[in-house]
Amino acid sequence: MLKEIKILRNHGKQFIADVTQPVLPSTFKGRPIISEEEVDNAELISLCPTDAINDNNGIEIDLGKCIFCGECMFRFPEKVKWVNDYKTATNKRESLIIKEGNEQLVQIDQSIISKQIKSLFGRSLRLREVSAAGDNSSELELNATVNPNFDLARFGIDWVASPRHADGLVLTGPISDNMAEPLQICYDAIPDPKILILVGTDAISGGIFAGSPALNRKFLEGKHVDLFVPGNPVHPLTFVNGILELTRKIKS
Amino acid sequence: MEKLFETKNNLPVRIADIPVVPYNKFFEVITFLLRSQDYHILTYLAYPTDQGLSFVCAIADDQNKSISLISHLIPNGAPLKVYSMMPKYDVFHSCEREIHEKYGVVFEDNHFLKPIRYSHDRINKESKITDYPFYKIESDELHEVGVGPIHAGIIEPGHFRFLCAGERVLHLEVQLGWQHRGIETLFLQKKKLLQRAVLAENIAGDTAVGHTLAYSQAIESLAGLKIREKLNYERVIALEIERIGMHIFDLSNLCTGAAYQLGNASLGVLRTPTINYLQTWCGNRFAKGLIRPGGTHYPFTRELQEKLLTYLDSFEEKYAVISDKLLNLSGIQLRFQDIGTLTRKQVYMIGGVGTTAKMAGLKRDTRWSHPFAGYHELHHEPVIFDAGDIYARIQVRHYEILQSIKYLRRIAEIMNFQNQVPSPITDENIRLAKSCLTVSITEGWRGEIVHTAITDQEGNICCYKIKDPSLHNWWALALSLRDREISDFPINNKSYNLSYCGHDL
Repeated sequence: MLKEIKILRNHGKQFIADVTQPVLPSTFKGRPIISEEEVDNAELISLCPTDAINDNNGIEIDLGKCIFCGECMFRFPEKVKWVNDYKTATNKRESLIIKEGNEQLVQIDQSIISKQIKSLFGRSLRLREVSAAGDNSSELELNATVNPNFDLARFGIDWVASPRHADGLVLTGPISDNMAEPLQICYDAIPDPKILILVGTDAISGGIFAGSPALNRKFLEGKHVDLFVPGNPVHPLTFVNGILELTRKIKS
Repeated sequence: MEKLFETKNNLPVRIADIPVVPYNKFFEVITFLLRSQDYHILTYLAYPTDQGLSFVCAIADDQNKSISLISHLIPNGAPLKVYSMMPKYDVFHSCEREIHEKYGVVFEDNHFLKPIRYSHDRINKESKITDYPFYKIESDELHEVGVGPIHAGIIEPGHFRFLCAGERVLHLEVQLGWQHRGIETLFLQKKKLLQRAVLAENIAGDTAVGHTLAYSQAIESLAGLKIREKLNYERVIALEIERIGMHIFDLSNLCTGAAYQLGNASLGVLRTPTINYLQTWCGNRFAKGLIRPGGTHYPFTRELQEKLLTYLDSFEEKYAVISDKLLNLSGIQLRFQDIGTLTRKQVYMIGGVGTTAKMAGLKRDTRWSHPFAGYHELHHEPVIFDAGDIYARIQVRHYEILQSIKYLRRIAEIMNFQNQVPSPITDENIRLAKSCLTVSITEGWRGEIVHTAITDQEGNICCYKIKDPSLHNWWALALSLRDREISDFPINNKSYNLSYCGHDL
């Protein structure tokens, strides 16, 4: 008995009281800030392993393609700086594209969220996760969202096994051809209305696997995506903050 | 014995030096060596050359710390048919299935020559993953239970088919391939070092350090790059922290399997500071971005050393109390002892590595047998338990955590901060040896990871073969369930925690 008490004392209080507040170490790469410094753009663009950097009247980095290796920062520190911001989930694909010049946050556009999402899922949300060739890092981080630290369940959000019990599908992985059919079957089994969340760069664009002959991303064609959560893997705080902003009624 | 070429971990060999022998000799030499448990298969691959389909087998000699290489060629136009080595040693069955799937080679007497992962470049495009030929027994008294590919929790996909008599499992067949992303093809298509490093990190995201280190060492070996002592020590630190992080995750998860909530929660929260330490070091909780060929962007500093020691102190104190409780708790012992037991012979036959081997008394740990990075100086002695049950898998993990802590402390102590660590090597500054082969081995938390790279006459990589420990270890799970209750499946599965994507590539 004394031992259990000692374990509990060691355990202490683990939960993060306010999930919008933690500060991650300065090494964490969440969001880039791109300066207007003149550099060899061609070289900057070609060093990116996933073609996430483009020149479109100025350099831009697409967080939906980026795998957060930071090579751009190491090679061109005067041009690209990464900051430890983890609030980078968004409901607009184009918001993931960071342009040079002014510091640009990745935000959720409340004006395009349907009222149904807030009214139906605002206080209770059940999600079914499907890993379609995910590499088990984003999957572990999604598991971590309900651990004693992040404790997503306290907000009425939890993971369920059956798609019949789910309000939405959370997808990780670049979608292998072999998983295309099971993924579709699972999605179809979730009752309407349902939300779709893409977690991790692999899910959003295929990441390093984009263009692989072993992928089949037809599932995403013509589908409305409610939330894009970038990362490789995603940080639990990115997911937790994103899902709360998407579903909670925001006091203005 | 004759006709073998010996090399070592990360020591490149010229293709021309590897003896090419007729298949009967190939068969004879390999099966002769494997009669001793000091030998095991590191890799068995085939790749197309101008002359035909070339087979290469790398056999580890654990006592001698060397690797023997032998090759066989099926010339262009000759029938793609040889007899199987599986009837002698089960370990060949997965390798032969790979070669069969990709090149259509028929291995006579391999009675399990089914598609292994339905790879995109399989020869039989008609075969579909949803139409897999499961092993069947016709009987009115038996029933089948199918689970997956999508499972209840947030885990990777795979299909398990149980053939049961009531609650008793007669046979479990693990059907994989759902995770196949074409990584080996991409390794050839994507030519930049960084792209390949990122691919290596994503082979199995829970083993980013293990796989990226195997890749980096393969490149360094082919490029003749010498890695300095400090970087080698840093790599050991990263690999051992990854090991602690995943071992503690598994222990926590096993507590869930035995409905021991206190263990689950308190071990689970010990994982957080472990992976957060990696995040402090390199910005990523899975250490993606940390390991690169030739150098690193994140040198280990004095400040990191201090933080490491602080983390270890706090971890060790808390872990000591909960692990002591866990290992001595009768509920845990009752649930895990004598469950899912494998014999050393079984594990040896399937080619089990890492935890899977060490829990059944089989000494397989490449930190000891084929040391790499900074392990030469650590004189590692593997943790071995004989029981072969789930409890033994827990014990191996527990004592490996303690061992890792010891190694981390020792390395933090002897690391010389005067020495500089270079940045990663760039594409312009590297030339790979021409027409060479290198076998690169690391010991990830699941077991030995083997990357084999072969270059052509121009020094471009023309074959890149990845072997995750899970390739063979999945068979341990299947065997553990044989003649056991189906309700023992979840804890057995957790006790191995194998990689789906590492297997499917």
